[in-house]
Amino acid sequence: MENILTALLSLIILIAALAAIYLRNMISAILAAGLVSLFASILYLLMAAPDVAMTEAAIGAGLSTVIFLLAFRKTRDEEVENG
Amino acid sequence: MVRKSIALALMTGLAFILASILGDWSPMERLSGVAYDYVAHGASDLGAMNLVTAIVVTYRGLDTLGEVTVLFLAASGVAVLLRRADGEQQEKTQSKRAASEIVTTGASLLSPFIVMFGAYIFLNGHLSPGGGFQGGAVIASAVLLLFLAHPDYKLRHDVLNIIESFSGFTYVLVGLLGLFLAGGFLDNRFLPLGAYGTILSAGSIPLIYTLIGLKVGTELAGILENMKGRAL
Repeated sequence: MENILTALLSLIILIAALAAIYLRNMISAILAAGLVSLFASILYLLMAAPDVAMTEAAIGAGLSTVIFLLAFRKTRDEEVENG
Repeated sequence: MVRKSIALALMTGLAFILASILGDWSPMERLSGVAYDYVAHGASDLGAMNLVTAIVVTYRGLDTLGEVTVLFLAASGVAVLLRRADGEQQEKTQSKRAASEIVTTGASLLSPFIVMFGAYIFLNGHLSPGGGFQGGAVIASAVLLLFLAHPDYKLRHDVLNIIESFSGFTYVLVGLLGLFLAGGFLDNRFLPLGAYGTILSAGSIPLIYTLIGLKVGTELAGILENMKGRAL
């Protein structure tokens, strides 16, 4: 059971990572990268590492996704301003 | 063509190395060397129920100090690059759209509890999973929620800076106290170990993790505010 779950989570992580690379829409790509962290944190929890899972969920899936989104927003603004 | 063949050769070499590593891999039956020592003596030596915390804060405390320093440098870099002078803050205020009432009410209701949960995580770092970094990140997410609900929300930079500098300075001071009063830098045993499994136990570990939690929380909140700028 646990092996199946691990395999499934790994598969989802791989798909999300590929989506983060190949998606043309930047915001979808950033969200896909956040999804990688989210499922990785579940995987860490399954592997009995709750400390790492907490860090990954709070920083990887939460804050860094938001910081990427803010940075994307900021750079796009600058590009529009500079013509 | 040449570049492609070089890349192909590199990939093949890497695959060969990884395959040979994977070939004779077997799950670890028992802990080896220093890991065994940590697990065997960690609980009795340091009095921390959460062994991960005991290792991160004391045995590998210098690494943690390094991590805190890295985060501090990153936060300072973001501040130097993105913080705007007081004069130019008012340039574009009309474009900010207020959040809906659901978001503002939810944020006002939830953010105190999220901050409390973050404080719980780092205060119980020596008893349950989690610690300073995780608790600090949770507190920063409460600040993020406030920013989403109130785009014009301003943090008190002077208060944040004082908290951050104070906790960083005290962290090093606690480490030095361990050096002079106990076995070494960041040794937690200069405070009484207390009863195993209670909130006031494990020497200075709760103190150190509280300081790290405050520092990480204020730093991440500062990064968020500086990144926010006029984007949100």
